[in-house]
Amino acid sequence: MSVTQIPAAPAVPMAPMPSAAKLFWRGFAENRGAVVGLAVMVVLVLLAIFADVVAPHSPIEQFREHFLTPPSWQAGGSPAFLLGTDDVGRDILARLIYGARLSLVIGLSVVVLSLGVGTVLGLCAAFAGGTVDIAIMRFMDILLVFPSLLLAIVIVAILGPSLSNAMIAVAVVTLPNYTRLVRASALSELSRDYVTATRSAGAGTLRLMFSTVLPNCTAPLIVQASLGFSSAILDAAALGFLGLGAQPPTPEWGTMLAGALQYYQRAWWVLAFPGISILVTVLAFNLFGDGLRDALDPKLKR
Amino acid sequence: MLRFLLRRVVLIVPTFIGVTLLSFALIHLVPGDPIEVRFGERGISPDRLALLRHEAGLDRPLWEQFLSYEKQVATGNLGTSSVTRESVWSEFTTLFPATVELSVCAILFAIAVGLPLGVIAAVRRGTAFDYGLMGLSVTGASMPIFWWGLMMILVFSVSLGWTPVSGRISDQFYVEPWSGFLLVDAWFSDDKGAVRSALSHLILPTIVLGTIPLATIARMTRSSMLEVLGEDYIRTARAKGLTGIRVVVVHALRNALIPVVTVIGLQVGTLLGGAILTETIFSWPGIGHWLIESIQRRDYPVLQGGTLLVASLVMLVNLGVDLTYGFLNPRIRR
Repeated sequence: MSVTQIPAAPAVPMAPMPSAAKLFWRGFAENRGAVVGLAVMVVLVLLAIFADVVAPHSPIEQFREHFLTPPSWQAGGSPAFLLGTDDVGRDILARLIYGARLSLVIGLSVVVLSLGVGTVLGLCAAFAGGTVDIAIMRFMDILLVFPSLLLAIVIVAILGPSLSNAMIAVAVVTLPNYTRLVRASALSELSRDYVTATRSAGAGTLRLMFSTVLPNCTAPLIVQASLGFSSAILDAAALGFLGLGAQPPTPEWGTMLAGALQYYQRAWWVLAFPGISILVTVLAFNLFGDGLRDALDPKLKR
Repeated sequence: MLRFLLRRVVLIVPTFIGVTLLSFALIHLVPGDPIEVRFGERGISPDRLALLRHEAGLDRPLWEQFLSYEKQVATGNLGTSSVTRESVWSEFTTLFPATVELSVCAILFAIAVGLPLGVIAAVRRGTAFDYGLMGLSVTGASMPIFWWGLMMILVFSVSLGWTPVSGRISDQFYVEPWSGFLLVDAWFSDDKGAVRSALSHLILPTIVLGTIPLATIARMTRSSMLEVLGEDYIRTARAKGLTGIRVVVVHALRNALIPVVTVIGLQVGTLLGGAILTETIFSWPGIGHWLIESIQRRDYPVLQGGTLLVASLVMLVNLGVDLTYGFLNPRIRR
């Protein structure tokens, strides 16, 4: 048992070094789930951009002869309404397509907002240290004590129910993740020689923060942001479902589910499709985020 | 060990004060004067409003109000509901067992299913079972549980008629409340029908609330098992000729469990957040349902007190997890 095998040195291929982007893509494409996630994301983005062209109807137009029409393949369905209509005769497919636009806007705004504020706070905590550091991180600890949905609900209760307030609430709730991440990676970078070198060359604090240290902290941030996208969409939909997010007749998926509550027991399609849309979108971003993490950080790979 | 323990306990004091500061801010940030809101559309004369504001201390400086709020919280006075006029604390303690009952069932379900699945996936790494389970696990973690619950009701309650749609127990049963945990109370009331009814009401909410913890536990168990299975002592155990099952269950699982236990402990926040949605869907009379109702009725004292209690609870459980972890793993006692 005590015989140790000395591993043979791996043969070094003499081919030219592949570019960083190529290396990244090779690692990423190994993960089939991540590629599927990326494909779904591309489709969603295209649907969102071209909603006006793709959607068969307007999302708020009410067809008075078609209340609760089942999907077209079911008895009583109409080919004009592929996924059926809701209780006031609006085309569900059209609402879902416009809902994709909303969901992506929600995800993007929330991530930009909490990533931006979180980065600044995290960098300040890491650079200032002392009291500033303690104050910022204690505040983040306090935010983390609340179950995220409950904190979002309380914030919306203060600001009033609307889509933009729901987005602010979700951004505040996810803020600690980014702040902690930026602070931790900035602290580990600060002890490196290149930072000392730049500092002794006379770079100011702001320059050190944003153009020396921050670019070296981006890998974990990108992963967190793509995972944050999915939780933002999920939380905003939950708020919409509770009546605290987007208000009717906005075709937001969670709000559509809330509207379906009274008659979903006799019209399964008003319930099934918005939920599947949320699930597929959130799943796509999660798969993509997992793939990014594996590709960017080989240490975590298993 | 004692120093570690004391340090952790002392550290939660500022966090707790911060939490009370946020819940204090809540009442002052919501739109409308609390006294005016109480009188609603009937209105109130300006003189009387000023008098009542003075009595409630609302005309004093904010820091004084905060100090008296702290004093109230310290003595366990969390205010009274502006709708039912009952103390927030007594409403909370009446409803809390329902939430605990549901959450305990959900986490037991998640452990009972997630742990063995994670272990099997790790042992059969790279097989179709492993890939299938990991696919399901990321799907479960992405699940909008409010939709998931409604779909379950649609399939199992409405179409198949297997389980009741909502509530904790059917109307025809009356169980003397003793512990507040309906399952326990029904068990001791010797009414077989009541136990069955309570159980059948629990099944769907348990599955719905347990879905995300289940996905997390399965994933965590798998990756923790994979790590342990690669260790030298596992190879030694195998070399000694022990059977596969014995190596996995006795040698590997024991060590793989440490991070899993932490993850289970940290699910408390997820459970309480999920309870808000699950209880709303199934009309489950617990604190999640209560908090959502408080928003709809603009009952801000309830929202304030309830939020404070929930946050304190999460804080205490996290502390407990932290201490247990320090106990299990001496390396982190710094």
